[in-house]
Amino acid sequence: MTNVAPNVPAPLGLLAELTHRCPLACPYCSNPLDLDGRADELDTATWSRILHEAAALGVLQVHLSGGEPAARRDLVEIVAAARDAGLYSNLITSAIGLDPARLASLKSAGLDHVQLSLQDVDADSADNIAGYTGAHGRKLAFARSVTEFGLALTINAVIHRANIDRVAALVELATSLGAGRVEIAHAQYYGWALRNRQALMPTRNQVERAMREMEDIRLRYQGRLVIDMVVPDYYARRPKACMGGWARRSLNVTPSGRVLPCHAAETIPGLEFWSVRNHSLAQIWEESPAFQAFRGTDWMREPCRSCELRDVDHGGCRCQAMALLGDAAATDPACELSPSHSVMQALAQAASAADTGYAYRGRALRQRAGAATRRLPAR
Amino acid sequence: MPEATPLPDRPRLAPGVRLHFDKTRDAWVLLGPERVIEMEGPASEILRRCDGTRTIDQIVDELAILYTAERTEIAGDVNDMLAELVAKRMLASA
Repeated sequence: MTNVAPNVPAPLGLLAELTHRCPLACPYCSNPLDLDGRADELDTATWSRILHEAAALGVLQVHLSGGEPAARRDLVEIVAAARDAGLYSNLITSAIGLDPARLASLKSAGLDHVQLSLQDVDADSADNIAGYTGAHGRKLAFARSVTEFGLALTINAVIHRANIDRVAALVELATSLGAGRVEIAHAQYYGWALRNRQALMPTRNQVERAMREMEDIRLRYQGRLVIDMVVPDYYARRPKACMGGWARRSLNVTPSGRVLPCHAAETIPGLEFWSVRNHSLAQIWEESPAFQAFRGTDWMREPCRSCELRDVDHGGCRCQAMALLGDAAATDPACELSPSHSVMQALAQAASAADTGYAYRGRALRQRAGAATRRLPAR
Repeated sequence: MPEATPLPDRPRLAPGVRLHFDKTRDAWVLLGPERVIEMEGPASEILRRCDGTRTIDQIVDELAILYTAERTEIAGDVNDMLAELVAKRMLASA
């Protein structure tokens, strides 16, 4: 039974960031620039406690993410704990570190669903985006194992300048791999993606063409494939309903145990986050200052406060208002009713015209350093 | 519009989809990839019988007894619901 006060509805989802370690270095990653180290990661017993507390609080689905969750040696035990708690478990993975034997163990432990990321349809381009040679080939082999084991597969593709002209081919590839669901997720500019915005931002023409293509694709695959979209909000007229509303549907536990309303929330200065090391998940959901900060509509100013869509889009994204306007309580500038909407459009236009290489996590100089540096031994 | 996919003879849930009783909300829910669907009325009784062994006719027979209702009425409800779940890819294909 839930301990949450009657005016705070119970959450449905938990994003469990098991580790920030990842073999890939995708420049669109929305994880923070300052990553939690391995020494600070929660242990198996603590994750098991969190998963049981989450289920008791009303959470139905856990998304095991990171970083690369397979970098945790105890991943199978964590999946088993999720199943024991009655949670639906979704593994969000790059496939690196998961051979068929480990996948079989995960299935036996009760894993419900696998979400695999693809970077592009072409191996060279995909590996360049991921910053990892051979990643694409391993992903394709892994996808086949997933469906051979009878597990449900979603393919997720983050869309940006380098692959936006191939959205149709990405959906086709996903179908040929046996995916029942595809996410076409236009890059969201937080963390590493914000840092790489100039290298990632597509042009308005590219975005409009991709959106038209997706309309055709939806009709063509109707009833055969579930297609979900994350919209390119720098070119939008209305903001996304970020997280379905702040502290309304889901919560996020970082590798070291801080609990956040969304995984970019730490970019907002002055918020007080509580940790699972000191509080129960129910206490954090109900009472922690960071969760209360933008819950509901009391925090809103105009034009949100009197807007008839305030309970639909919840004012958009707090982290985006912070990143672009320096004010987390402002209307998301993706909204055309925001007095700063033109700021966002100008940023998109300028970024899309920039000619910049990727800054990869841990190897920021690689692109600009040229071939001589690349022959040096890997770190 | 593409043609509607035919209903399977012996329906069962698709991989990655399962029925779950949610104690917090005191309701049956259908869980799938990034989906939570609350089951109202007889929906959970229908889905509990979608085990890949019963035919649609058998499911209708059982529900007609359970609810002491007209078989034709039950058959309409069952077919509508299964068609909706096929469209959402939450039932395994035939």
